[in-house]
Amino acid sequence: MTNPNNATITTVHTAAFTAGDALKIPTLRILKDDGNLYDGADKPTVDKATALKMYDTMVFTRVLDERMLAAQRQGRISFYMQCLGEEATTVGSAAALDEQDMIMAQYREQGALRYRGFSLEQFMNQLFSNEKDLGKGRQMPVHYGSKDIHYMTISSPLGTQIPQASGYAYAQKLRGLNNTTICYFGEGAASEGDFHAGLNMAAVHKAPVLFFCRNNGYAISTPANEQFVGDGIACRAVGYGMKALRVDGADILAVYQATKMARDYALAHNEPVLIEAMAYRLGAHSSSDDPSGYRSKEEEEMWRKTDPISRFRLWLVKQGWLDEDADKAKIEKLRTEILDALKVAEKVAKPGIEHLISDVYQQPIPALQQQLDELKQHIRKYPDAYPVTSGRLD
Amino acid sequence: MAKMNMLQAINNALDLAMAKDDTVVCFGEDVGHFGGVFRATSKLQEKYGKARCFNTPLTEQGIAGFANGMAAQGMKPVAEIQFADYIFPAFDQIVNETAKFRYRSGNEFNVGGLVFRSPYGGGIAGGHYHSQSPEAYFAHTPGLKVVIPRDPYQAKGLLLASIASQDPVIFFEPKKLYRASTGEVPEEYYEIELGKAEVVREGKDVTVLAWGAQMEIVDKAVAMAQEQGVSCEVIDLRSILPWDADTVAASVMKTGRLVINHEAPLTGGFAGEIAATMQKMCFLQLESPIERVCGMDTPYPLALEKEYVADHLKTYEAIMRSVNF
Repeated sequence: MTNPNNATITTVHTAAFTAGDALKIPTLRILKDDGNLYDGADKPTVDKATALKMYDTMVFTRVLDERMLAAQRQGRISFYMQCLGEEATTVGSAAALDEQDMIMAQYREQGALRYRGFSLEQFMNQLFSNEKDLGKGRQMPVHYGSKDIHYMTISSPLGTQIPQASGYAYAQKLRGLNNTTICYFGEGAASEGDFHAGLNMAAVHKAPVLFFCRNNGYAISTPANEQFVGDGIACRAVGYGMKALRVDGADILAVYQATKMARDYALAHNEPVLIEAMAYRLGAHSSSDDPSGYRSKEEEEMWRKTDPISRFRLWLVKQGWLDEDADKAKIEKLRTEILDALKVAEKVAKPGIEHLISDVYQQPIPALQQQLDELKQHIRKYPDAYPVTSGRLD
Repeated sequence: MAKMNMLQAINNALDLAMAKDDTVVCFGEDVGHFGGVFRATSKLQEKYGKARCFNTPLTEQGIAGFANGMAAQGMKPVAEIQFADYIFPAFDQIVNETAKFRYRSGNEFNVGGLVFRSPYGGGIAGGHYHSQSPEAYFAHTPGLKVVIPRDPYQAKGLLLASIASQDPVIFFEPKKLYRASTGEVPEEYYEIELGKAEVVREGKDVTVLAWGAQMEIVDKAVAMAQEQGVSCEVIDLRSILPWDADTVAASVMKTGRLVINHEAPLTGGFAGEIAATMQKMCFLQLESPIERVCGMDTPYPLALEKEYVADHLKTYEAIMRSVNF
């Protein structure tokens, strides 16, 4: 029974606390580290083509991350963020979606982006902020986005995408689209006010949005046990009145299955669902970070053993879907392709000077046009000081 | 005296403030064990314990509200917002709460012991979410003090004065200079009075005014002008709110010319406030229009950062326009 307070009244006559441990949230695991399935686990429904695409995508991001982190160390790009150890979370979930479903990511979801078909060249153009970058060289590396493949451009401030995803999904519902929005964020970003606002709005307004939390244990240096005291993030979804699922984030079959189920439920019932993927951020937060200041090598080594790619590779081989020798050759070829693409992208020119003022508004306002004209005059006077643009002002 | 960079000077100031007064507490994202992403709070947890230097959850509005509550109770929180670009979730707590605590309660309550520290500004290939200079938003908020240091000596003295202040202070630190700016800094406790500008170089032809990281940009422009025989008087505003109109006006009365430089976009930037005040205070002495050299009216770019910024060449041109008007 509910009352005007919209809460269940179960009457007792002796005061008693209710604590979080009343809620036991199970963690879905299907695939073991050795590539075998857990006894009694649901049989994976993924077909061969999808499974191989999932694997290729994880491998692609792993190799790309290695190469681009090295490129950052060499000073070829200014910044980088890898998703080492978390590949299965974003690839497994993206694979469970429809291609028209919207993706609103935080910044470590290159797996989902690649799964959608973002090309190697597009990755490189963004990382080198060149004139072919869809974002016109305006954002730091890894702030990807593409309207064509329904991937909202990344914004650095944490958690801002969460209420936006609620609104986006609500609009999808109002417009009669049979699509959802998936919203990725970390357990750290779940502390932002926008998280609470976004979940409540989605629940109240029945937006078919999938909140996907990558609980990877760290927000830069801050471990999850200094971030929150409750039982992970999933318990909060229940507090907002939505369904929740918790999965092993290194188990791509579990992530895939949970996301499929969540998507079906969200669209069938017009309700948000929260998925919490238990993962470990095996790399540094970013190229600006050094984890040796806050965690041990031993801790990292322990988690390295739960590698999401190797366990899925073992499963694919057991299925007879993957030949290990051919796979090795393919990875070598990929390394070459990535290096070649890097060399091309770093030579592409930076965006033209007109892009200093474009897109601030739909059309540049007069004051901006005047500022650009004055800037061009100034650059003509000091061409050597502005080598990126001085040779092509007209 | 000891040679310190700006981070070391800030760390030293926090250390001295915590040692002097056990109501001073430092917190923010990654501020505890790790010592902050820039290491401004390095070793403070080790020295003063987890109760007085700690990590917070990742929530700027939470940090600001928590700081308001601690300060209202009588403590002196020094809360770090990891980047000034990320201060906006805390805007409500700062603008509607911090700034108005004393006023709205008729001085029944106040948050006078509160300091928000935050790295601001560009020049680090940070794009629009790691480069902004939001001082003008806060300068538009009566009840706050806004302070920006230019070098390690200034950073230490101004931060200690901010912590000692009976009013809440937003202390923006030029992150570009964190390690790049070094200098001799007294090891002992000292304060630099808030609300006072400093004439850092005397001259007679034109007054050049800036703050924070732009001071070194201005110095380069002034050296170029000097080669052309132009004598510049250089002022570091140091406090954006309240700001020292008298020191600036005295200089402009003498030189008859004013060039103001800031990193933030032109429109609505604090240079506009200074220009308006100076044209009133110095109307009959002005020899040329007041020049503003600022960021363009766009978000802070990445690939075209060099073109966008208020650099020394643009400042030099403005100085020469002012002198040759």
